[in-house]
Amino acid sequence: MSEGKKSPYIVPIGPTHPALKEPVMFTFEMDGEMIRDVDFAPGQTHRGIEWMGMRRNPVQIVHLTDRICGICGVSHTLAFSRAVEQITEIEVPERADYIRTIIAEFERIQSHLLWAGVAAHELGFDSLLHLTWRVREQSMDVIENLTGNRVNYGLVQVGGVRRDIVPEQHRIIEDCLSAYEGLLGKLLDLFLHDKTIAMRCRDVGLLSKEDALKLCTVGPTARASGVNVDLRQDYPYCAYGDLDVRAILPDQYAGETRGDVYDRIVVRLLEVGQSCGIIRQCLSEMPAGEITAEPKLAKLLAICKKARGEAIGRVEAPRGECFHYVLMEGKEAPASWKVKASSYSNLMSWIPMLRGEQIADIPIIVASIDPCLSCTDRVAVVRAASRSIYSKDDLHRLSVEKTRRLQQ
Amino acid sequence: MTEKVLTPEQVAQVFREKFGGAVTDIRITERREGAKKNPNFNIWIDIDRSILNPAVATLIEIHFPHFAVISGVDAGDAVRLIYHFTVFYGNPGSECTVSFSVNLPKDDLAVPTISSLIPGAVFSEREKQEFLGVRVTDIPDGRRLFLPEDFPEGVYPWRKDETGIPEGMIKDLWRSRRPTDRPAPPAGEKELCELPAEDAPPKEGSS
Repeated sequence: MSEGKKSPYIVPIGPTHPALKEPVMFTFEMDGEMIRDVDFAPGQTHRGIEWMGMRRNPVQIVHLTDRICGICGVSHTLAFSRAVEQITEIEVPERADYIRTIIAEFERIQSHLLWAGVAAHELGFDSLLHLTWRVREQSMDVIENLTGNRVNYGLVQVGGVRRDIVPEQHRIIEDCLSAYEGLLGKLLDLFLHDKTIAMRCRDVGLLSKEDALKLCTVGPTARASGVNVDLRQDYPYCAYGDLDVRAILPDQYAGETRGDVYDRIVVRLLEVGQSCGIIRQCLSEMPAGEITAEPKLAKLLAICKKARGEAIGRVEAPRGECFHYVLMEGKEAPASWKVKASSYSNLMSWIPMLRGEQIADIPIIVASIDPCLSCTDRVAVVRAASRSIYSKDDLHRLSVEKTRRLQQ
Repeated sequence: MTEKVLTPEQVAQVFREKFGGAVTDIRITERREGAKKNPNFNIWIDIDRSILNPAVATLIEIHFPHFAVISGVDAGDAVRLIYHFTVFYGNPGSECTVSFSVNLPKDDLAVPTISSLIPGAVFSEREKQEFLGVRVTDIPDGRRLFLPEDFPEGVYPWRKDETGIPEGMIKDLWRSRRPTDRPAPPAGEKELCELPAEDAPPKEGSS
């Protein structure tokens, strides 16, 4: 026992834990209340989607990419479609570029509001969680109106989009935007002028600009550390090249950049307002015309089958750069496909953020990069001393059994 | 870090002049979208693995790059790794991607680590070790990343040869039928669809 009591002692948190919203295994080396070192193991939810994609054709893969992430359905599908469109040399109609931009920005609004709620909850400020999640519903309703779904939108396809935005929908979108613009001041006030939030978030979970660059950080996490990156500004795709978007950095609001949790709140909340402006501009400037380059799927598939070449599709997802590499070699399925989600680039930044912090700040620091690790592929059950792994088959069978029992 | 933005052709010229024969090919592709059709440039540089670290160091001299990810392809007798970077971010409309491609013959799948130059790259290098069976020499952390601890040794999911995922490891969820010791469901059960004879992906929309 004497060995075990000496510091540092090890605190494991994960793979699933009430304090974490995402499944990841942390191992903390603690010295009293202070974190001396930290290690993490992702992959608790790896589903082998790239492997599946290399056995399917691009028309099928867009449905797979819609389901990589429950939040970034548009980003992944858009990034993959843009890569395939470059290989097959399909020109996307301008109207489709604008519709893609509008839905991508709605995705950002709902994602950032969802995150803000989670952040409030991790700080123990649950009334603010309820407020942000209630107002988030309006953007979900608009997304449902535009695409037919709250998640897994199925809107973007190779060559364009599936659904047009008709004039009757403009009013619904406009109502939502003006509601958010009216609310934003209140949200900024509640989050940024609250004494408790400032005490919990200022100078907590620091990530220096140098570390952010060296650890390849992307999106709001990088911007909050003062790195001027935003694909919508630097590498404009879809309609962003027409719109003059500029990256939001914390010093624009607070006059300084500290790279702490507070700055990450600043960046995300301001981006909600920015997205409202982008959507409004897209709606007013949207050109008329077709919404897809090739409406016949069989023809589209024939084009994809003949295609040869490699391309990169990049999209600024709510959490940062979403990167797809596709290689086609004249076959139905891609010869290679690599999906780099935004959180892939951000996880390494946890280590410098968490080192030297207090144990009570783990949840908010972990949540501050807005991690997203997707759904489960297997479950390990530990009962007494024995450990058994339930496969997908077993789980499927168990769930069928349970449904049957309920039906009786 | 210099803030000077070079054109894609100038970037290509830097690598051509500095590395000569070790750079086997440079391609520049562009994509134009939206109403204004502003271009985005992608630079693809095929290099010998011996100059991987010097090439990354040269890129750092041009502009400290954002490292995105390493892609990998099983190209039959070799594994091709593609290191994706971006430079000139922060300058509106000027960012371009730079992708270094290295070929590793299958009898010698070793590649040097670039983590001494870009520490964040170790994450992607760990992934390539377990998914493609390449060996990253001097990697500071060589543990597995995504695959479960009980995943068999010597199986690499993205390989297309005998070291890829064997048939026995593939689970066809749609095959798991409902339990037999239960009362009959209200409607008759649907017939299982037949698997296509060859193991090619199922056809869609080709009829």
